[in-house]
Amino acid sequence: MLKVLPGFKIIQAGPQSVLQDDGRFGYQRLGFANGGPLDAESYYWAQRLCGNNTTATAIEILLGGVVLEALADTVIAITGAEMPVTINGERISLWQSHRINTGDKLEVGFTSVGLRSYLAVSGGFNVPDILGSSATVIRDEIGGLDGKALQVGQLLNINNQLSHKILMLAKSSRPKIKASSAGGAAEIELRLLPGYQFERFPEEKRQLFFSSTFRVSNRCDRMGYCLNGPDVSSGVSSLLSEGICHGAVQVPPDGQPIVLLNDRQTIGGYPKLGSVVSCDTGKLAQCGPGSRIRFSKISVRQAHSEILLASERRERTLLISLNS
Amino acid sequence: MRVEDTGENSVIAWFADKASVEVNESVVATCRNLEQSMGDTIIDLVPSYASLLVVFDPFKTHHAEVHEWLSAAFESINPTETITKVIELPVLYGEAYGPDIKRIADNAGITEFQVAQLHQSIEYRVYAIGFAPGFAYLGEIDLKLATPRLEIPRQNVPKGAVAIADRQTAVYPSESPGGWNLIGLCPTRLIDPTEKLPMPIAVGDWVRFIEIDEAQYLNLGGEL
Repeated sequence: MLKVLPGFKIIQAGPQSVLQDDGRFGYQRLGFANGGPLDAESYYWAQRLCGNNTTATAIEILLGGVVLEALADTVIAITGAEMPVTINGERISLWQSHRINTGDKLEVGFTSVGLRSYLAVSGGFNVPDILGSSATVIRDEIGGLDGKALQVGQLLNINNQLSHKILMLAKSSRPKIKASSAGGAAEIELRLLPGYQFERFPEEKRQLFFSSTFRVSNRCDRMGYCLNGPDVSSGVSSLLSEGICHGAVQVPPDGQPIVLLNDRQTIGGYPKLGSVVSCDTGKLAQCGPGSRIRFSKISVRQAHSEILLASERRERTLLISLNS
Repeated sequence: MRVEDTGENSVIAWFADKASVEVNESVVATCRNLEQSMGDTIIDLVPSYASLLVVFDPFKTHHAEVHEWLSAAFESINPTETITKVIELPVLYGEAYGPDIKRIADNAGITEFQVAQLHQSIEYRVYAIGFAPGFAYLGEIDLKLATPRLEIPRQNVPKGAVAIADRQTAVYPSESPGGWNLIGLCPTRLIDPTEKLPMPIAVGDWVRFIEIDEAQYLNLGGEL
């Protein structure tokens, strides 16, 4: 039996669709960003629904607009932002796996709530690992098929895996995606672990930071989200460049905070207030420009137990089997 | 050394407020010791001028234990164990290859040849790697050559461009936008993610530049 098969042909690629596994780790010291899914929870569920290990390669689709032709009989699942998805014109549900056959046309429409969705396939997309990962980081020109977003006409190979059960994630277990791609949606709260130069920001700026509502600006991408709001600048001039952790909130001299995400640069010298926990950066990544953001404080102990708890909760969640 | 939590699975150690060879040596030695003690609980280590960011696996350890490991790694530094690695990088200097060299020469009241000589006269320390994969920050250059960044960065700096900003010098490992002043071209490939060892240089190494001519540059695989 073949281990790798041609899986899909890209008929429409959408504004930015990128192959992602869980990320490229251990090479930040050489300047390589981690990459990986911005909404790790939706990515996780897409893998589980396809019976994959939870580090397999999926496609992160920004805003939708993707059309694929199936070149094999397999099983797929789409999670994340709400959008109409059809197979041969027939509407299919998100958060559920579906059989797809050779010659079928999979159409992913544009998002109505949220920005990013995850398309997983049984066995995972087959992409060569570079530095231990398939994660696409466009800025580093690494990962995916050619270090870039997917293009019309490209072929995607898949790892051959005997098709498995059709599964569904119960509504109550699905991540709540609140923000609308059109903006003006519900406010989301990001929990910040104070750290880095937090103590060097003037007291009134720190209070202002936690008491204000910020808006997502037009400058929001896989590197980071620039927010607009009151000036919370630190008055600290230049710092020596230092390692930047995931979710770090840096404040350049203009006083407008930036939440740094998976494709952030590895070192930088702007003062930072601390970092947003990863459960919450996933929610932020579903927010488009204009979304309203507030910050609250979380302690280091809470932040750490939050990761463990979220993982345990996910692992013990059983999927609903729709056929035997 | 001061250690503080930075994120749900990361802590940072600061060694001083200013960078120096001694401070950076402590960063590198602590980093090396930590690799031994922490093993596979490490996700990423990011050494820089005077700090070390430790990203750990939250399912295998926690902040308090990483604080302990950091203290132990710092305290067990053996100053006689300094490992010194020097890498030589060939450079094709000149205005045709580095368009800012003339301005740097004029500002310093010296010739382009003297700029190249001064640039080669010092062994530089690799203080940090970042900005882009394989971009190494080297310091410090002779005060005569110190030049502020361009007010308007270039859209495209060529791969291999040898550059100066303030008291630092660097080689652009791949084509990218950039605001540093260009003085020449280096034919050595500085980053190759398809290799097991993707980069010949690490933080804490030393770099010496050596002038070559155009024929040597092309022979070494340089592109014009």
